[in-house]
Amino acid sequence: MAIVVKRPKLKWWEQLYIPGIISGMRVTLGHFIKIVSGKKKVTMQYPEEKWDEHLPEHYRGAPALVKDEQDRERCVACQLCEFICPPRAITIKPEEIPSDDKWAKVEKRPKAFDIDMIRCIYCGLCEEVCPEQAIYLRKDYAITGTSREEMVHDKDRLYEIGGVRVGLVNKWNELK
Amino acid sequence: MDWQIIIAASIKVVVFVFLVTLPLVAMSVWAERRVSAAIQDRVGPNRVGPAGLLQAVADGIKFLLKEDFTPNHVRKGYFWLAPALVMVPALMTSAVLPFGSSLFGEKMVIADLDVGPLFVFAVASLSVYGIVLAGWASNSKYPFLGGVRSTSQMISYEISLGLSVVPLIMIYGELNLSSIVLYQAQNGWALLPLWGDGLSLKGFLLFIPILISFVVFMTSMFAETNRLPFDLPECETELVAGYHTEYSSMKFALFFLGEYAAMIIGSGLAVTLFLGGWSLPFGWLTPESADAVVPWWHGLIHIGTFFAKVILLILFFIVIRWTLPRFRYDQLMRLGWVFFFEIALFNVVLTALLMWWLA
Amino acid sequence: MTFLFYIFAALALVGGIGVVVNRNPVSAAFAMILSFLGLAALFIQLDAYLVGVLQILVYAGAIMVLFIFIIMLLDVQAEEKRRFPLFNILGAGGVAVAFGALLLVILKRSEVGTASIPPIEPLEGPGTSDVHRIGELLFSQYWFPIQVVGVLLLVATIGVVVLSKKELK
Repeated sequence: MAIVVKRPKLKWWEQLYIPGIISGMRVTLGHFIKIVSGKKKVTMQYPEEKWDEHLPEHYRGAPALVKDEQDRERCVACQLCEFICPPRAITIKPEEIPSDDKWAKVEKRPKAFDIDMIRCIYCGLCEEVCPEQAIYLRKDYAITGTSREEMVHDKDRLYEIGGVRVGLVNKWNELK
Repeated sequence: MDWQIIIAASIKVVVFVFLVTLPLVAMSVWAERRVSAAIQDRVGPNRVGPAGLLQAVADGIKFLLKEDFTPNHVRKGYFWLAPALVMVPALMTSAVLPFGSSLFGEKMVIADLDVGPLFVFAVASLSVYGIVLAGWASNSKYPFLGGVRSTSQMISYEISLGLSVVPLIMIYGELNLSSIVLYQAQNGWALLPLWGDGLSLKGFLLFIPILISFVVFMTSMFAETNRLPFDLPECETELVAGYHTEYSSMKFALFFLGEYAAMIIGSGLAVTLFLGGWSLPFGWLTPESADAVVPWWHGLIHIGTFFAKVILLILFFIVIRWTLPRFRYDQLMRLGWVFFFEIALFNVVLTALLMWWLA
Repeated sequence: MTFLFYIFAALALVGGIGVVVNRNPVSAAFAMILSFLGLAALFIQLDAYLVGVLQILVYAGAIMVLFIFIIMLLDVQAEEKRRFPLFNILGAGGVAVAFGALLLVILKRSEVGTASIPPIEPLEGPGTSDVHRIGELLFSQYWFPIQVVGVLLLVATIGVVVLSKKELK
């Protein structure tokens, strides 16, 4: 159905444009004066001022690996995250845990765990899919580097970002 | 021979054009960005130097270091000529603007011509060639459309621009910009007739055509300098970037700066004709005659006053740009030919009638 | 300041030759503008500021802009390739020779270079600028021709409007 746009019938003083210009100038100059006099502040001076404390709980920043309270790697190298990762940013090399190890019954652990942060799209599917709650999206967002190699987070870096996460593996629990 | 005159003129050219106007061009780019940011509740460039004042230097270095790319399909000679043709007329018009009374017995105007406003309009009318050439030489659709648009726009508004100044010239009886400023200094500015001869029935009655002139003049100036309500030659939403789509690096910067230089000279002309040029309000520190000796500090104050007024008018240009939406092309043409042309003509007749009745 | 005269005279002449020689219509139009600018500078050298400035304002700034506006809408390539028939070249050459001969005859008869020109008294004071004087002449001695020209232009304008508004039948 076609819509007929009705143009407003302008009074003669409205057709002069000048009242329109003045009321427009009142809006723009109002904003200008508020900002210049410092009464209103909308933006932040980014590197000096940060919004970090206001970041919501569900913020999806850089993915990282976590250890549990016994300082054990939670990751069991099941490679589900590697398979689900849409941009294929994750590369895992699994290895067997030697039988004399304290955690030998877990059987598998990642030998190398690389996330290419140039590829990562921060979708959070790795966190979603992980059965062991070993990978989480943290609140770090300023991931920078001067070379491609530097932008690949290896296992040590991932644990450094992730740190220790206390609690049971209770992924579907609301407490998380 | 007149080596003294030549040396004095060269010093004035170097100081006024290269040490004042060109930095003012760069500063107005910075002002544009800061003001537009404040209007849109942002901050704007504030990193380079105090309050971002050196941003212009950073921009200049960036423009110089960028790759100067000339596409293969352009007409090379004209393509290279066009940016210069935009910048040169804009700076040339500054020759007749009186930017101060006098300093150490030297008149603060580069060329004290008896055809001041006509000279400005003549040279400014040449600046259309830069844009037309850029559009034509680029050999591609959008620049060409931009060039064609700018041609018809400039021709249309030149008429109302010229006609809007006629009433003023009738009132002053002068075409020499220095004398016009001196008359305003002694008898009240055109837009503020509150002292001298302006404080009379004649002054108040003639204020009506002057006000009409001012509105027509300023609007036509916006159209002539391709500033926002009338920036159809380069309007981004329709023509990518209009006539400078194919340009890059310093050649693009020349178009960009040429627009601001035209804006500064336009503000300078408006200040000279309507706002009393270098004179202070209420006849303060006004010299007795054109040849009167003025103390050097008076001269400096007059120069400062002129540039203060010009800067205020530039800020007005900038605020208008970030306030009004762009006109449609047929609206622009209608406004120029159907309204402003008639209003300006009527204004000339009105002024003549008023002056005949008052005489 | 004779060297300025030579510079601008050369500019005007080079521009004039450029109009004839250039195959590209846009180049020819720009050569014409160059010639106008040189001419305007020559007028200004004769202290005829108004004439010089009007030369730029009207011819270079308005009329040539319209010319270029139209030329740009043409097919330049076709124009560049066009061949001129021999008859045209002969005709143009004949006209040029005739004009040169005419010029030569007139220059021979006149007293160029020999006649003494009376010195012009410099005028001082208000109301003596060339703008004032031209204005006074136009509105006193030449008011009738001005009116005639005005009416003629009005008729031409109305004619153009009527012709362009007429529907094609």
